[in-house]
Amino acid sequence: MTTQTTTSTAAAAKHDTTPRGAINIPENIGRALATGGGALAVISTFLAWTWTAAFPGNLTVYGYPGGLQVLVLIGGALTTLFGLASYGIKGLGWLTPAGSDSAIKLAALGTFVTAWYTILAISIQLGGLVNLEPGGYIVAVATLVALLGALALPFERPVPEIADPEDTPWEEFLLAGRNSRSLVKACFASGTATPARTIPAYAEILVIVAAMALGLTVFTYGIGTEYDELFVGFLITAGFGFAALAKAGLVGRVSAITGKHRNVTMIGAFVAAAAFPFTQTDDQYATIGVYILIFATVALGLNIVVGLAGLLDLGYVAFLGVGAYTAAMVSGSPSSPFDIHLPFWASAILGAVVAMIFGVIIGAPTLRLRGDYLAIVTLGFGEIFRISVLNMDGTSGPDITNGSNGISSIPNLNIFGFDFGQEHTIAGFTIARFANYFFLMLLITLVVVVVFRRSSDSRIGRAWIAIREDETAALAMGINGFRVKLIAFALGAALAGLAGTVQAHVTYTVTPEQYQFAHVVPPNSAFLLAAVVLGGMGTISGPLVGAALLYLIPAKLQFLGDYQLFAFGMALVILMRFRPEGLIPNRRRQLEFHEEAEAPTVLSKAGA
Amino acid sequence: MTTDTTTKGTTATGETVLDARGVTMRFGGLTAVRNVNLTVNSGEIVGLIGPNGAGKTTFFNCLTGLYIPTEGEVRYKDQVLPPKSFKVTAAGIARTFQNIRLFANMTVLENVLVGRHTRTKEGLWSALLRGPGFHKAEAASRERAMELLEFVGLDAKAEHLARNLPYGEQRKLEIARALASEPGLLLLDEPTAGMNPQETRATEELVFAIRDKGIAVLVIEHDMRFIFNLCDRVAVLVQGEKLVEGDSATVQGDERVVAAYLGEPFEDAPGKEEIAEVEAAEANADAPTDAAPGKENDR
Repeated sequence: MTTQTTTSTAAAAKHDTTPRGAINIPENIGRALATGGGALAVISTFLAWTWTAAFPGNLTVYGYPGGLQVLVLIGGALTTLFGLASYGIKGLGWLTPAGSDSAIKLAALGTFVTAWYTILAISIQLGGLVNLEPGGYIVAVATLVALLGALALPFERPVPEIADPEDTPWEEFLLAGRNSRSLVKACFASGTATPARTIPAYAEILVIVAAMALGLTVFTYGIGTEYDELFVGFLITAGFGFAALAKAGLVGRVSAITGKHRNVTMIGAFVAAAAFPFTQTDDQYATIGVYILIFATVALGLNIVVGLAGLLDLGYVAFLGVGAYTAAMVSGSPSSPFDIHLPFWASAILGAVVAMIFGVIIGAPTLRLRGDYLAIVTLGFGEIFRISVLNMDGTSGPDITNGSNGISSIPNLNIFGFDFGQEHTIAGFTIARFANYFFLMLLITLVVVVVFRRSSDSRIGRAWIAIREDETAALAMGINGFRVKLIAFALGAALAGLAGTVQAHVTYTVTPEQYQFAHVVPPNSAFLLAAVVLGGMGTISGPLVGAALLYLIPAKLQFLGDYQLFAFGMALVILMRFRPEGLIPNRRRQLEFHEEAEAPTVLSKAGA
Repeated sequence: MTTDTTTKGTTATGETVLDARGVTMRFGGLTAVRNVNLTVNSGEIVGLIGPNGAGKTTFFNCLTGLYIPTEGEVRYKDQVLPPKSFKVTAAGIARTFQNIRLFANMTVLENVLVGRHTRTKEGLWSALLRGPGFHKAEAASRERAMELLEFVGLDAKAEHLARNLPYGEQRKLEIARALASEPGLLLLDEPTAGMNPQETRATEELVFAIRDKGIAVLVIEHDMRFIFNLCDRVAVLVQGEKLVEGDSATVQGDERVVAAYLGEPFEDAPGKEEIAEVEAAEANADAPTDAAPGKENDR
């Protein structure tokens, strides 16, 4: 034992924790290389990278970046920006409250990956490096130089774990893995954010507007990516770009501001979302938009049940189905058994109410269970709904739902003479059918967001969170657990039903197989839950972002073919391993998963 | 009831708040609590002590609605206790837990606001529509919660997460949260467990301050000095039965109590096996009441 301890102390003493870079280049040269490389990458995007337009996006034009070049341009610009900020250029310091070094590293890495991905894609697709024009070589070298320069920036080295001489080779291997992981982590670790200088309220609102505009631009760009290479490049750049902004502390700073002006943020977000159809010339993208909105709205409703009250509901999509079927039956569709045609407001309320009644019927017996048991029972009820609807076709049961054919030819909505099936021209923009529904759905989303916000910040919302945190203590505080949980369940069901009433009209037809537990196309119960968990439980923006990603990624990764779901599953597993609290974490949740991380003593409203 | 009307210090014994009559709790064939009588009067601090496995916690759970006594009844201000723990709280009995059970990821203020649940009425509709009544009730709740935090000395930390409080302050917060339900009787389950002498002293002061507010207090505790400093009356529970009840001097002088604690043999001393039996039976009784509140390690 004594010899052991002496060796380990000697090793620890030998190890030197003075900050230095991952690569042995002097810091000032590294910084210059990173900044210069970023700038050169920007310039190179104005050159031609290949000689033929056979590669999608037309990268052959001088002076006009196209396709993937735009992404490299953005990455390079970001690297340069952070580089300049690290030189202390006035005004840029606001962008990097948590230090710029790790932001430079991530931005440079993102640019490098995007650029080299592009170069490799060109070479492989067109058959060889000969297809590259000088611009292609320049960008490759520039991004590599920027990356090397960025990696030379010094960082605080972690103290490595000391190997036990009795370790087996396998344990030594694991130890080496752990040490290199902590090294990489330290390399990209950011400093603590310096407190923001107070800026006037109008400037804060301008920041929010800028953030919303950026969000809309990124989202619109992502939806509009026309070919697979571009979408993959988009994911790479957006991912690394966002990570770089987060490391710079900018995301935290902006979310602090949005937390301060929550109403402005909400209005801003909805104005940005409402602007989306005007940015599109083709109704095809509005279609994606409206499906994402339906998916996101239902996910947000589920977030009340799962995120706030902590009830794992695996059959949630059934309530969407109840709403959709209700609306379809009273829409005057020829295949509906009822010859009723209610106006939309009436069918929307009816759909929500019927879904709520189903929620109470299903919730009353199941909510007495806890945890896994509740999940299993709700899973069963979800399937019971689908199978019952499938069998109520007149042969196996009463003729109500028209069986597997579903209720088809659901007429378009007509509210105050505004026909949702027609194209309309608003301020010179043509707004077609799906864009019409997009606006209606946006209104429903707004309703759900308001319901979520108001209910979570109230007596009942606190009771939900208390039940989730510790049910026994909550009961001892006088909370009627069953009643409160039933309210959460019924409210969630009603919101899903409300979304379902619009969905029925958007899709023309409602069939049982739209409402399965798991299916390739969202929304279904598994995807809804994934959207909530991926985005971040208990937050408003989390499920919205999660739903958008979960809809877009499978829709855009068609080239993966049969491996699509496999890749998707792998991505989810990796995400849950490294960021279990979701993309936009609730402060409370984040603490649960990262106990060891220093917890902020004061809970800000920003993450909630 | 033994003849024990001698109370020390302030003799502010008023009406009977809690009246447990012949409470017996059986788990299968095992009697964990046998025919225990206990009264707590308003303005009184009553202690409940006993060796491990004596049935203190079982008795406590009978008082808080977690268990329904097999025989006998518990009356709170002449009303038989309802059989659900949240109804007991609504009736006016609040409790703290032996192992702190705060809502760790809520702020200090939010924890106390949850405690206000039974004293506020605003439901879902009120929260969604946000009428003037909602804002008024919310503001009143916050004001009352802040008062309570001031009372226990946590008002400066209202926005901190409960999990970040030091141990002693978590105990205080739990008491503030229990007080938020405006109880007539406060049950404290080992309030000084794991505390250093200074913190114990502070807790003593706090309990006196609570008593001075007119709230009756029933304390389970192992710290004898704490109990005998604090309580007007102490009841000793041994092997499920009340051995003796009286003021500190009576209890401290009683040789049966000394025997029970020091393990000297006397006629009915609880053997090790019996203690283990009682504990096992209690654990078993917890398992089937899964949906009922009572399970300790629940999510």
